[in-house]
Amino acid sequence: MRPNPKPEADTMKNFLNRHIGKLWLGLTFLFLYLPLFFMIVFSFNSTRQDAVFTGFSLRWYEALTRDTKIVDGFWLSLQVATAAGVASAVLATFAAFVLVRYRRFPGRTLFSGMVNAPLVMPEVVIGLSLLLLMVGVQNAFGWPQRGMLTIVLGHTLLGMAYGMVVIQSRLLEMDRAIEEAAMDLGAKPFQVFFLITMPNILQAIFAAYLLAFTLSFDDVVIAEFLSGPGVNTLPQVIFGYARRGINPTIYAAATLLIVSVTLVVIGYSVWVARQTRRREREIAAATRAEQAALQAQ
Amino acid sequence: MAIQNMTMPGKRFVISVPFVWLILFFLLPFLILLYISFVDMGNDISPFKPIWDSSTGLLHLKYENYWSIFRAGEGGALFQTLYIEAYVRSLWYALCTAVLCLVIGYPFSYFIARSAPSVRPALLMMVMLPFWTSFLLRVYAWKGILADQGVLNQVFMALGLTNEPLQMLYTDVSMLVGMTYVYLPFMVLPLYANLVKLDPRLLEAAYDLGASPFKAFWLVTVPLSKAGIIAGFMLVFIPSVGEFVIPSLLGGPENIMIGRVVWDEMFTSNNWPRATALAVVMIGLIVVPLAIYYHYTGDAAEPKA
Repeated sequence: MRPNPKPEADTMKNFLNRHIGKLWLGLTFLFLYLPLFFMIVFSFNSTRQDAVFTGFSLRWYEALTRDTKIVDGFWLSLQVATAAGVASAVLATFAAFVLVRYRRFPGRTLFSGMVNAPLVMPEVVIGLSLLLLMVGVQNAFGWPQRGMLTIVLGHTLLGMAYGMVVIQSRLLEMDRAIEEAAMDLGAKPFQVFFLITMPNILQAIFAAYLLAFTLSFDDVVIAEFLSGPGVNTLPQVIFGYARRGINPTIYAAATLLIVSVTLVVIGYSVWVARQTRRREREIAAATRAEQAALQAQ
Repeated sequence: MAIQNMTMPGKRFVISVPFVWLILFFLLPFLILLYISFVDMGNDISPFKPIWDSSTGLLHLKYENYWSIFRAGEGGALFQTLYIEAYVRSLWYALCTAVLCLVIGYPFSYFIARSAPSVRPALLMMVMLPFWTSFLLRVYAWKGILADQGVLNQVFMALGLTNEPLQMLYTDVSMLVGMTYVYLPFMVLPLYANLVKLDPRLLEAAYDLGASPFKAFWLVTVPLSKAGIIAGFMLVFIPSVGEFVIPSLLGGPENIMIGRVVWDEMFTSNNWPRATALAVVMIGLIVVPLAIYYHYTGDAAEPKA
């Protein structure tokens, strides 16, 4: 697309012209990956410092398994993220269905505003306002104590908003004719939803769950506002350590996380590629069979 | 239409589940926030006084919570408070972050969009991969990289660029590196989505008409990607204003942003009315750019996340 530079052009300029794209991509990726490489390398360091590599050691991984705060925080985060993910996916499905299918009902503007607001609301404001609600409810009824439940509520508010966007776009592109066909054949509305609509948007619901899970597993601000004494999610534990100074145990935890995320992502893309290839093969086979049948006639 | 008429009781149920949930956990908390921002500070046992004085039967609206954000003391100079400084600093950092993300992210997205279609998915995945690993951990790593005795300073000194370590951590440098780093994908994804749709024939037409590559880029590509630029800018700017974690880890006392100020008023000074008033003003700061955004894009659709 770019016109060929004149052959006699200055070679340095020539080189830059041709390779500026690769250079820019490389430098930006270096910027994006530098902290990851940094943590992986220094998680294997033999001393506490993180400027000079003094020798290979697994001591920080050993320290990680013995660090009860991190281990407990990990299990708590796993539970919180699972619960918030499920709650977000269910509520996001409801909300997306309402916004896409019910064009007119009283309070629609308020509804759509409330669903989307957490996307732009600073997390500090979400955390603060939910804290005020929890304190009020607790003063009135003596329940709930701030802890796991309140963190799940906060994360669900955020996860629902993001999940709704994902499910909404899938619902919008879905073919309504198959639902109408089911209705014509006598299916009741809830049957239509569970037998027709839900299988069609299941992938989006799962994506919404994953998104809400990730947001919850990564969040520190809302958890800081809504957790009670002695209840600390993994990001809260890490945040506490991080403010104090260098702790290579965190690098070890980060390395394990980076490795597992990378494996999941690679596994997922291989799976998608294989699925695509299989579908292409099936389509090709079906086309051949059809042509063979036509010729036979 | 047919479906809606047939399912009236069901419709009411389907609407009310998320609606009631949002009213309980979004609207109600927000109204409480608003309420407390207008009442008087209480004592240790109850952090705020009721708005309704039952002995006199009078309503006490305490505007002072808002006034004290803008005015230092009785009759003090306007706009010269620590709060205003924190707001201005937050907006300034958010603006700088958005500009830096655009400067780095635009060519980056452009080159990804111009690369061979077969490598594009892999490149995009490489953008998203760090994004899926913990945001907190990635910010924490910069603390080690930018420290006085950190890796970057070691490299600089080994190369002879500087004789003594540069102070980068706990300055504007570490703040902007951290924020640009975290928010770059928010700029790249909408820009890429926009640039990849650009018809290359338009550029060829510009070349045929004698435009230099730079001129064609500036007069054809950039104007056509305006929507992507604005979307990316907003997606970076809005969350940046309320950033809490990055100033806590990479900033010093000089770099404090408004999110941290709200936190300190709430938990350190225990001044709930002041904290809530600060939060309400903060929402205002977010709503204004959003309103401008909708005004210019002219669509009332929900913001893309």
